Amino acid sequence: MELDIVELSRLQFAMTAMYHFLFVPLTLGLSILVAIMETVYVMTNRPIWRQMTKFWGTLFGINFVLGVATGITMEFQFGMNWSYYSHYVGDIFGAPLAIEGLMAFFLEATFVGLFFFGWDKLSKVAHMIVAWLVALGSNFSALWILIANGWMQNPVGAAFNPDTMRMEMTSFFEVMFNEVAQAKFVHTVSAGYVTASVFVLGVSAWYLLKGRHVALARRSIAVASSFGLAAALSVVVLGDESGYSASHTQKMKLAAIEAMWETHPAPAPFTAIGFPDKEARETHYAIEIPWVMGLIGTRSLDTEIPGINDLVAEADARVRSGIIAYDALMTIRAERDATPAEVRATFEEHSADLGFAFLLKRYVDDPRDATEAQIVQAAADTIPGVAPLFWAFRLMVGLGFAFIAVMIYFFVTGNFRGGQYPRWALRLAVIIIPAPWIAAELGWFVAEFGRQPWTVDGVLPTALSASHLSVGDLLITLAGFVIFYTVLFVIEMSLMLKYIRKGPYMDVDETETWTERHEHRLRTHDGKGPFAPNPAE
Amino acid sequence: MILHDLLSFELLRVIWWGLLGVLLIGFALTDGFDMGVGALLPFVGKTDTERRVVINTIGPVWEGNQVWFILGGGAIFAAWPPLYAVSFSGFYLAMFAVLAALILRPVGFKYRSKRDSAAWRRGWDWALFVGGAAPALLFGVAVGNVLLGVPFHLTEDLMPMYDGTFYGKFLGLLRPFAILSGVVSLSMLIMHGAAWLTLKTEGMVQIRARTIGTVAGMVAAVAYALAGLWLAFGVDGFAVVGEVAKDGPSNPLYSEVTRGGSWLAAYAERPWIAIAPLMGFAGIAMAVRGLREGHEVSTLLWSKLAITGIIASVGLTMFPFILPSIVDPNSSLTVWDSSSSHLTLFVMLVAALIFMPLILMYTAWVYKVLWGKVTEDDVTANSESVY
Repeated sequence: MELDIVELSRLQFAMTAMYHFLFVPLTLGLSILVAIMETVYVMTNRPIWRQMTKFWGTLFGINFVLGVATGITMEFQFGMNWSYYSHYVGDIFGAPLAIEGLMAFFLEATFVGLFFFGWDKLSKVAHMIVAWLVALGSNFSALWILIANGWMQNPVGAAFNPDTMRMEMTSFFEVMFNEVAQAKFVHTVSAGYVTASVFVLGVSAWYLLKGRHVALARRSIAVASSFGLAAALSVVVLGDESGYSASHTQKMKLAAIEAMWETHPAPAPFTAIGFPDKEARETHYAIEIPWVMGLIGTRSLDTEIPGINDLVAEADARVRSGIIAYDALMTIRAERDATPAEVRATFEEHSADLGFAFLLKRYVDDPRDATEAQIVQAAADTIPGVAPLFWAFRLMVGLGFAFIAVMIYFFVTGNFRGGQYPRWALRLAVIIIPAPWIAAELGWFVAEFGRQPWTVDGVLPTALSASHLSVGDLLITLAGFVIFYTVLFVIEMSLMLKYIRKGPYMDVDETETWTERHEHRLRTHDGKGPFAPNPAE
Repeated sequence: MILHDLLSFELLRVIWWGLLGVLLIGFALTDGFDMGVGALLPFVGKTDTERRVVINTIGPVWEGNQVWFILGGGAIFAAWPPLYAVSFSGFYLAMFAVLAALILRPVGFKYRSKRDSAAWRRGWDWALFVGGAAPALLFGVAVGNVLLGVPFHLTEDLMPMYDGTFYGKFLGLLRPFAILSGVVSLSMLIMHGAAWLTLKTEGMVQIRARTIGTVAGMVAAVAYALAGLWLAFGVDGFAVVGEVAKDGPSNPLYSEVTRGGSWLAAYAERPWIAIAPLMGFAGIAMAVRGLREGHEVSTLLWSKLAITGIIASVGLTMFPFILPSIVDPNSSLTVWDSSSSHLTLFVMLVAALIFMPLILMYTAWVYKVLWGKVTEDDVTANSESVY
């Protein structure tokens, strides 16, 4: 492969974003699980819940710090590697990022220190509130990041300004309440809750297999399986919501995920398995389930979902319309205030397709000079990589259903069968610990790889977005990130494993009080009937 | 939405120019002492327990402090997109170095005391030193380069292009004046870190911090004065030619800029801005005195005043320039031609007015809860839970 700036910039962004996304889902979910545990502690006063809060809190902290550290890269990388993107859409995209800092990240980061250092400085209730503020901050953070990302998928509330050569915001409310962003937010945080639940479940199952920290492990499984069941259900249902919104906002992504080359008469079938072939534009050995795709995508039996070939034809028309917009833009830029009104009107009419003309910039400096073959090629470029999307999506969905099954099993066994978990189930819970991370990364891949060839769907092509750096610059930072991040990952994993092996830190003071009370109870018991209730219980 | 017409575009641009300064100063005042403490760590803490005391003075607050940096990045993106696009890609490798240092730092705080090995801890101590000293130096170098002008130009499509090779992007940044600016910021933040340690520690750690901080403060004063003289006699300033539409579209190419003359001409035009460098010198003088005499609270406040004055002096001297271009002055970014749209600036101002007071309130509360010195006994008694 030839080393080209755009491909290297994409590789670096994908690597740093997916690495960052190893830590984020666990932070989202574990912050809430820890806050729930601390709430139970405050309500019941049982030291075991305090011990649980501290133990899972320690693991949360080891993970959290890398999420914060790798998040720094994300905030600056748009400007470093995607400077034309930053100029072109910063007026809209920058706002949710800055609000994320103001509303969410400050909250989370200011209180997380107090969570770890404030045990002896705050009352129990105040400390519990601090734990909830950390969880709230983390989740708000996801909201604003996904509003920013949602805009890249479905750029609403903005228009192109020829004077400033960029997109400018026309309605903040449309940007904020973008349906794609809202669907993505709930889907993503639910995925984070599943990740944390599977993590807590797996680690606790390992303790049960070893016969260690049984009280802590059982209670942790109870919390994780009920929270995890709700989350696993919601991640699938709300993932479906994402699919529904994609059916009218990102038709090409949906068609690519489903490898739907031709438009089917409604309701379209769902291809369960097959081998998509982008060259031949067909799917070999496809196994289809009638009606299902039409139902998921349109929630109706009579709305058609366009296939890839029809969408390419649509793109072809938009490229040609974009060239007209580009031509008018050049006149506006040369004449400025002296531009004839009809040129302005022509531009307004075609400006929504300007981005499609930019697709031609890969092949020719001035889109107006494009040949017929280049226009056809540009339209064909709007098809993302079909086979990777097809498979990644199916694997993600399969994992999603598997999590529901696991959570139901542990929930039912824990609540209705006296918590007699068979060893095979415990082993399974340990083995599947990495699975939610795989599902989350696949989800990221489907959303962002499926957006190609655009950074902002229909507005700005990826090929145009990158900074004019040198290949040398990119190779230095790419190698730097790979080495640096690998070392950090090894260190993080080793500490995580060390603290899991070590188990909960015994809270000596409280345990002594607890033991004293318990011994007092034993001494005063007359040997018949139940124990008197313990005042601390 | 008509609401945003309540404030004129021109006024919003000036407000956001001011808020950019507030964010940079906020970052320097809070994360600044974290960086200073990092740079001081190997020299003020000789034993493991002493070093843990030093780290734990900032242990509970560094995460919140670091958000000033993140928010600074986000706010530049939202309010000054061309600045965000040009500066971070133009300083590409320097930015990478800063990011690497800033990533190393949180990991160092959190992980250093999680293993008992001496080699492990020594390694992280150096990581924390680099994570504090390197950004403190590089931020100053960057500011120095901004004053000198940066080699970039904008195409007709407003695509930022950089002139110069790899050396132009990193080693090329190390011009003598820029290095002097780096010395100002490094010594200023070491002084600030020392003022923080004076407040939060006692015994030998405090004594060492006060000694080093005194020297750092003196270096900062001398370097700042030299930088001022250099600006007066050795650095070309920039000026906008003719009248500028202050509420015009954000297109840097619409205005004409010349290079030549002196930045310090601003002091003849607006004499009141001399208050900023005066605050800088007075703050340093009083902070140095406080460090020598061992005042705790007031030294930190004086140090904050010094930093505020020094950073404000750069912005006020350059106004309305934000990022001048040395190769194509017309591409230079100014307050009047490189902001976000009227609506975005307004929306962001509303968000800032809602959340900044809240942030200041809860941050103050957290510092109040954590008020008091960190002692060796605190660290040994809570060895498992603290850093």
